[in-house]
Amino acid sequence: MSKEANKKEGGFFGSLIHKPLFMPILMLILVLLINLFKDPGFFKIAIKNGVLYGRLIDVLNRGSEIAILALGQTLVVAVSAGTDISVGSVMALAASGGCMVLAGYGNTSVTGIVAPIGIGILVGILFGLAGGSINGLLVAKLKIQPMVATLIFFMAARAIGLLLCYNQIIYIRYQPYQYLGNFLPGSIIPTPILVTILMIILMELLLKKTSLEMYIQSVGINSRASRICGINSDLICFLCYAICGMCAGVAGMIASSRIYSADSNNIGLNYEMYSILAVALGGNSLAGGKFNLAGSIVGAYTIQAIMTTLLAMGVSTDQSPVIMAIIIILIVVFQSPVFKDWAAAKKKNKAAVKEAA
Amino acid sequence: MMEKTKQSKKLSGHSLLLMITVILFIAMYVAGCIMYANKGFTHLQNFLNILISNAGLICVASGMTCVMLTGGIDISVGSLIAMDCMILADGMANKGWNAVFAIVLVLIIGVVWGVVQGFLVGYVKIQPFIVTMAGMFFGRGMTAVINTEQVSITKDVSATFYNMANAKINLPQSWGYMAKTHKIAPYIRPSVLIALAVVVVIWFILKYTKFGRVLYAVGGNETSASMMGLNVKKTKMKAYILSSVLCSIGGILYCLNTQKGYVQQAKGLEMDAIAAAVIGGTLLTGGVGNVWGTLIGVLITGTITSLVMTNGKLLSSWSNILTAALLCLFILLQAVFAYIQRRSES
Repeated sequence: MSKEANKKEGGFFGSLIHKPLFMPILMLILVLLINLFKDPGFFKIAIKNGVLYGRLIDVLNRGSEIAILALGQTLVVAVSAGTDISVGSVMALAASGGCMVLAGYGNTSVTGIVAPIGIGILVGILFGLAGGSINGLLVAKLKIQPMVATLIFFMAARAIGLLLCYNQIIYIRYQPYQYLGNFLPGSIIPTPILVTILMIILMELLLKKTSLEMYIQSVGINSRASRICGINSDLICFLCYAICGMCAGVAGMIASSRIYSADSNNIGLNYEMYSILAVALGGNSLAGGKFNLAGSIVGAYTIQAIMTTLLAMGVSTDQSPVIMAIIIILIVVFQSPVFKDWAAAKKKNKAAVKEAA
Repeated sequence: MMEKTKQSKKLSGHSLLLMITVILFIAMYVAGCIMYANKGFTHLQNFLNILISNAGLICVASGMTCVMLTGGIDISVGSLIAMDCMILADGMANKGWNAVFAIVLVLIIGVVWGVVQGFLVGYVKIQPFIVTMAGMFFGRGMTAVINTEQVSITKDVSATFYNMANAKINLPQSWGYMAKTHKIAPYIRPSVLIALAVVVVIWFILKYTKFGRVLYAVGGNETSASMMGLNVKKTKMKAYILSSVLCSIGGILYCLNTQKGYVQQAKGLEMDAIAAAVIGGTLLTGGVGNVWGTLIGVLITGTITSLVMTNGKLLSSWSNILTAALLCLFILLQAVFAYIQRRSES
């Protein structure tokens, strides 16, 4: 406690601690520090077989899907104070849709493709966009609670994906299809990282170069007042859901390309949870309003860092959720206003006792 | 006077919705009877089987309704059930526990689970979604920590549990004569009676006890509830304890039905429970809902699964799509009613 007090008194730390990004980044550094003590090789980055290799690269690479989902999820949370729980399922749907176009309906394992790869990926992203748009219509136009509206696609999207794939796993054993999830020929950086950077830049441009960011925050804080001010609240809300669906589409295609198949039952499993968690870890309130995109991205990589760390420590993937859950609760409790108030009150008490003595 | 008419109008909107749910359920069931008469759909046992296989879900969904009434949500139930089943199966099969001891232990775990989640939601004021999501991860992971293999509860493992699971309560044979070809006496399992008892108890609590009314008040408007002097924090915590205990009871019933425990068990059950509650007319924003509607909601999803299974040719994913479509329909209906209500008010 006294350490924290010292920090708050110090001018540099005092200003630092109030930065919105302080807590999320601190958490990420803490998670990474654990690795430093446990396994110093964690931070080693080498070039093997002409590609970058290392745990840190692995975190960045594997965290791409969560980061991309978190981009969309942040907007949804900000604009509607609700969550889109369908993103994981929509990922699976997008992957199934894209692979169906590439492999042709009814084929389960192909070595060549019937449509250009670009078309397949585009169709996948469009499937995501369609899913997001339907969610957006339900939430924005019909004023249905976001979680209930997206529950529909949560249940249906995987099933529709299975129908598209004829209840099978489609394998596309065609080298170029794996570029998106692995490496472009000649590139040393995994493609998902590049795609994530591209998505972040696009999103920043969209938010900063148009007034969208301000509109989203305004609608999130008070949609009625925003409408009276002349903002088309419904349209803004719809756009956010559509963008979120599109992000899910992109993430779905990356996940599908990694395993060069469309496994509708397993692609994006639990990813809706991870994306929401990323938003919360990034210091964004799930009650909507102001948002911080960078925080969400840091949150996404924190989750991936935790998962990679656990894997590196030899915890099985089945058991790792236990530790994950404990970490989530600890982080969320430390960020909660109630805890902060409690800590502040305790500090005050201590000071009072000191003064009295 | 004005106030009274307004209230009765509001009530009629929701009871109309419940009526539509009931009518839809009956219509769906009758359609199934006509379509699959030769496949035994008309036999009373088919309906009882829906009850038997969904006994656990009925308990869970009842608890979910209570939490949703406060405006919260509990998505940890599926994992908690997996953990309960694994504790029962592993405890009895590998550790040689008595069946009664294992069941009591599971119930105690349910209480502790609810206290922790309820405390974090009510007193620390973390969003229910995040808290119960952590619970979801914890439960699923804990199941794997206990045992990663599938553990079955056979007769050798625990005769008491086996007998409990296979106990039959026969109904008069004449009730089964819906189709002349089927002359088996219809039966139910004790789990169905427990599940129905849970529904009746929850209905009583919600309707006639102080705690039940406070649940509605907190869900309707938290600020005004606390201004009225109601203890919002404590009520929320109690709601989560109730949900977790009911979920543990549901887990035992679920285990009686499946008689095994494995890591991926009851995956996605939380969403089935939420869907059942929503189809039954409970609003996620809180304050509106009814446990009878939830019961009908479970029966509707059970009927859809039964229809798809009886058909035999349809892919099993169709039952998910149909449930989702139905969910969509009900949500749209709710939205329409809310719209009409808003217009009549203004």
